[in-house]
Amino acid sequence: MSQQTIKQSDFTPIQYTEAETEKIVGESTSYWKDAWRRFKKNKLAIGGVIIIILLAVMSLAGPYMTEYNYYENDLINANQSPSAEHWFGTDNLGRDMFARTWEGAKISLFIGLTAAIIDLIIGVIWGSVSGYIGGRVDEIMMRIADILSALPYLLVVILLMVVMPQGLWTLILAMTITGWINMARIVRGEVMRLKNEEYVLAAKSLGASTTRIIARHLVPNMLGPILVTLTLTVPSAIFTEAFLSFLGLGVPAPLASWGTMTSDGLASLRYYPYQLFFPAFFISLTMLAFNVVGDGLRDAFDPKDKR
Amino acid sequence: MSKSKEKLVEVRNLKKHFKVGRKQILKAVDGLTFDIYKGETFGLVGESGSGKSTAGRTIMRLYDATEGQVMFKGKSVHGKKTKDELKELNQNMQMIFQDPYASLNPRMTVMDIIAEGLDIHGLVKTKEERQRKVNELLKIVGLNEEHANRYPHEFSGGQRQRIGIARALAVEPEFIVADEPISALDVSIQAQVVNLLKRLQEERGLTYLFIAHDLSMVRHISDRVGVMYLGKMMEIAPSDKLYTSPLHPYTRALLSAVPIPDPEVERKRERIQIKGELPSPINPPSGCVFRTRCPFAKDVCAKEVPAFAEYRDGQWAACHMHDERFKEHFKSDLEKIQ
Repeated sequence: MSQQTIKQSDFTPIQYTEAETEKIVGESTSYWKDAWRRFKKNKLAIGGVIIIILLAVMSLAGPYMTEYNYYENDLINANQSPSAEHWFGTDNLGRDMFARTWEGAKISLFIGLTAAIIDLIIGVIWGSVSGYIGGRVDEIMMRIADILSALPYLLVVILLMVVMPQGLWTLILAMTITGWINMARIVRGEVMRLKNEEYVLAAKSLGASTTRIIARHLVPNMLGPILVTLTLTVPSAIFTEAFLSFLGLGVPAPLASWGTMTSDGLASLRYYPYQLFFPAFFISLTMLAFNVVGDGLRDAFDPKDKR
Repeated sequence: MSKSKEKLVEVRNLKKHFKVGRKQILKAVDGLTFDIYKGETFGLVGESGSGKSTAGRTIMRLYDATEGQVMFKGKSVHGKKTKDELKELNQNMQMIFQDPYASLNPRMTVMDIIAEGLDIHGLVKTKEERQRKVNELLKIVGLNEEHANRYPHEFSGGQRQRIGIARALAVEPEFIVADEPISALDVSIQAQVVNLLKRLQEERGLTYLFIAHDLSMVRHISDRVGVMYLGKMMEIAPSDKLYTSPLHPYTRALLSAVPIPDPEVERKRERIQIKGELPSPINPPSGCVFRTRCPFAKDVCAKEVPAFAEYRDGQWAACHMHDERFKEHFKSDLEKIQ
């Protein structure tokens, strides 16, 4: 053990300047850094992110990885089992399932994301206006939302399909017509909670306009819940798309989506189960991945909610 | 503290009622009348739920007044305003908030928080000027430049409160409403913040409305003090007079609750204890609102609302005890408290 030498000079009082006493030693952490740090620890959620990225990459690159395209019929080679030639087999018209699966991924993901983004835009605007103004305006806006969500969903969609041509955008419209309500309700709740916070009052007393308060003070403080809702909207939109396609209300042939593929695959389930397996598997995988990421984000943004 | 007789803020019969449920009305502030002179600190005290904060916020135009008027430099604060008028008002009147943990936006850096007023009012032209101004303000409140890029959660309560003060100062206001600026702080930090406020007042000739429930702190900082109870003003007096010779029994009771750091005196002195709880402002007592807890209450207190009148020089109170008409009925009580 080394002997420490204590000198007389060790006992001179330390002089602090004011600047030193106010010094903050730790590294500056923003809200996002902090959330990312917590998110990183969640292995499951990171796995989900990787799966989503892989699916997205494959939806773009997948169709080019095989020499077959998704629409060409080859009736001689119909209903082929998975092989070196056709990795996922072929369907009853001899179309390559591998190409169709990734083409379907493209459409399913596109529908999911677009629907989620449209929900986000309408929901945030509707919810924040309703929550911020409050009173009678809030009453009327929320009753409109209630009435919309009280309509039988399937009926609305089928009516819409009658009026509009079958296609991608009709599907998206059908999904967003009531999809934004959930987002609007969440945003409204957040706005009502935040609008009486003292920092909002402080901004008001500085003379900040309503738009500034919403954009600078309210929205940044509710991005967490919004992002979580957004990630959970994507899988539900994909699922709704699959469900509508299954009922025959999906994208028209020869376009493929996972929903239309499951619908087609079901017919020959007994003989060619792989035709159902691949699209169904990828729907489940996507849903799982998004849900896991959504849960991870929720825990990362609001660690208090963690069980 | 310069004492001019120029009125900066005039509050006339100010009322703020909130609707609770369908038919009930909560009278948070019910008929306040007082003036705040330029350069002075007007303390506003009262127990929790007496309407101090609501009064402060209504004066600031954060709430619309139900009735009555607030005049700032002779111009009405409430009512319809043009954009320019509003801007001028917002620039001249600022507020410091009670809870330093809630009054700073957690998603903004200190730089953006302090500069918000500068941005809104277009007081700085370039980015460098903005930065320089913020650094200057940080220095004034005893923080340094490197704090500018940090987020509020990295600061202590006292530091946050000082950031809040810097934000209010940024637009160079004349009048600041300080809504219990120290009640959420540690005792060791309270003095620091109060001294900062005092120093700023001297340097910049600020006028404060200082809302608090700590009487000794209010005495330390205020020139005049108003005592509120259940939305009404009970007494207004210069702070030394209020502490040495209070008129209203409620003021007396509040003062007797302040402990005296001398065991001999503390043991001997007689306390005026207020019985019971604060009545609901939804359904306040008739006549004098304090009568249900007043040790000297008589029948007349339930029948008639006491007038708010000047009974001694500069000392106003709302109590029948001092009213010429009823004085003899309170004779024994008056003797008791002399």
